[in-house]
Amino acid sequence: MRWTLRQKTGLALIAVALIVLPFMLASAGTAWVRITNFAVLFVLLSLGLNIVVGYAGLLDLGYVAFYAVGAYVYALLASPHFGLHLPFWIILPIGAAIACIAGVVLGAPTLRLRGDYLAIVTLGFGEIVRIFMNNLSNPINITNGPKGINRIDPFRIGDIGFSTTHDLFGLNVSGPIKYYYFLLIVLLAVIVINRRLQDSRIGRAWVAIREDEIAAKAAGINTRNIKLLAFAMGASFGGIAGGMFAAIQGFVSPESFILNESIMVLAMVVLGGMGNIWGVIAGAVLLSFMPELLRYTVEPAQQALFGRMLVDPEVLRMLIFGLALVLTMRFRPAGLWPETRHRRELAEDRK
Amino acid sequence: MDILLQQIINGLTTGSVYAVVALGYTMVYGVIQLINFAHGEVVMIGAMVAFAVITSLAGSALPPLAIVLAGVLAAIPACMAIGYSLERIAYRPLRHAPRLAPLITAIGMSIILQHAALLIWGRNPLAFPQLIDNPSFTIGGAAISGVQIAIILMSLLMMAGLSWFVYRTRFGIAIRATAENVHVASLMGVNADRVIAATFVIGAGLGAVAGVMFGTYYGIAHYTMGFTLGLKAFSAAVLGGIGNLPGAMVGGLLLGLVEALGTGYIGEFTDLCHWPGAGEGTGWMGERCAEGAHFVLFGSNYQDVFAFLMLILVLVFRPSGLLGERVSERA
Repeated sequence: MRWTLRQKTGLALIAVALIVLPFMLASAGTAWVRITNFAVLFVLLSLGLNIVVGYAGLLDLGYVAFYAVGAYVYALLASPHFGLHLPFWIILPIGAAIACIAGVVLGAPTLRLRGDYLAIVTLGFGEIVRIFMNNLSNPINITNGPKGINRIDPFRIGDIGFSTTHDLFGLNVSGPIKYYYFLLIVLLAVIVINRRLQDSRIGRAWVAIREDEIAAKAAGINTRNIKLLAFAMGASFGGIAGGMFAAIQGFVSPESFILNESIMVLAMVVLGGMGNIWGVIAGAVLLSFMPELLRYTVEPAQQALFGRMLVDPEVLRMLIFGLALVLTMRFRPAGLWPETRHRRELAEDRK
Repeated sequence: MDILLQQIINGLTTGSVYAVVALGYTMVYGVIQLINFAHGEVVMIGAMVAFAVITSLAGSALPPLAIVLAGVLAAIPACMAIGYSLERIAYRPLRHAPRLAPLITAIGMSIILQHAALLIWGRNPLAFPQLIDNPSFTIGGAAISGVQIAIILMSLLMMAGLSWFVYRTRFGIAIRATAENVHVASLMGVNADRVIAATFVIGAGLGAVAGVMFGTYYGIAHYTMGFTLGLKAFSAAVLGGIGNLPGAMVGGLLLGLVEALGTGYIGEFTDLCHWPGAGEGTGWMGERCAEGAHFVLFGSNYQDVFAFLMLILVLVFRPSGLLGERVSERA
């Protein structure tokens, strides 16, 4: 792809802004860097789900299961729970591979199912994974049950641990800032992979299946393999994100992988614009900063108006997610920043 | 033997609740070929409304049965109203949109319903007040409670009523015609919009009663109860063949039985001490087993897994369900 000078300077400015960002945030408090890190994690998850839902049109409501698999693989291989302390660059690929296998295991029996059936089956799959994580502490303690696994190792490159603060040229590089840069690199890689996929034979095959599976089959696309590939790729992105989540959080428990998380990621993809990378990223950033936004606006507002908390911001956030799903589908079915091809398809379908 | 009978009685009780909820899924599916994703939440709202009314009346001088009846009678119109608005907001405007769209709006609606319930009734479960003594009868060594008998009878009554309505009345003919072919039915003078709205409303009304029965059986109602209940009832509807009324009934009862028997016996079946080879002999495990220890791989805490496994098995081996005529591939 050829870039114009304007695009180049624009990109350079964005790059500089993203590099400087954590230090700006750190001056407002390390908590903001953490919040940003979680936002980037959600961007990664949304991009993964975007492959399944946005490109291939397969509604997956159990996506958080793959996130959970990645997180638990990391937690089991790098914590005192089993006494294993493998380095992250070995575990992350293992987590991605296992999540990928889980994706194929889920995908294989559900290949023949259409949209709504698939949604319910994947939803059930997500629940099953959570039930197993809750209960696989007996008779052999694998997941430590509802208590979860804590004291998970942070990332470590050589002698540099990601949990400690280092001084670099007079700058105070804290743990979350290191994770931020790592996440940024992973994000960049994922974006590049996504873009390349979108324009590849596979990407076009996904879109073909999304728009008309029978026609795609007739055009010589091996729909079974291509759909499985969508599940597998989406799942492995989820697995990688999960591994990083475990390391950043230092603690995993089944509580982090409930259905609401899947819904949240789905809301990000749908709101931003299914199939459009930049839309999905914008949707994910918007919705992952929303709880903070609510915390700083709704709580004081309620305190001032009623003198007490009437609506818990967490509940309000879920209500807003629900509303966002309904309103987006009603008024902008292709999302706030739609993919051009998808926009056309949805516009034609509406009679 | 009495344990087997006991599990069958318990299974029939939960199964009949599943069947009634499954009817709501299957009716809507039959008419518009879409899953009413928020149906589980409607059932939950039914239980919550009824419990709130029953709790507030519990101190009054009214006879207990009248209080329970008042709760049910409050829940039914509330759920019907929700069912109707669900159709108007989430399904009707998107009838010609791609299939994914109404599904996503319905997911949105179910989140809204769930968290609205959380706002209104709080995080803690509502408990069913002790109004009526729950008599227990003994049949062949197994106990059956008055509540269980009431649930099974009520469910049968509702299923019979719905069957009569769908197969014996004019409006029932309209529903079946719409399910067969919306366009042709419209040409024959059937008001398809009304039929579709009616299936949502009837399903919600049945769901309200099912919610009250389910809540009464377990003694509590909680804002999250709709999710698992909905998932199981949907599995029941698929098991029987979605879009098929008798199928939903059979599927619900069967699922209840499978779940109860599975939960009752899985611990025993997966106890390694009962396995030849593993639990016998003089190995470490054999000695522990001889001392009376157990190595249970999967205990009764896996109860919620059965419905889902059943769903997968049906979809893989018999996607049209036990009695179904529709094929999930097209469906």
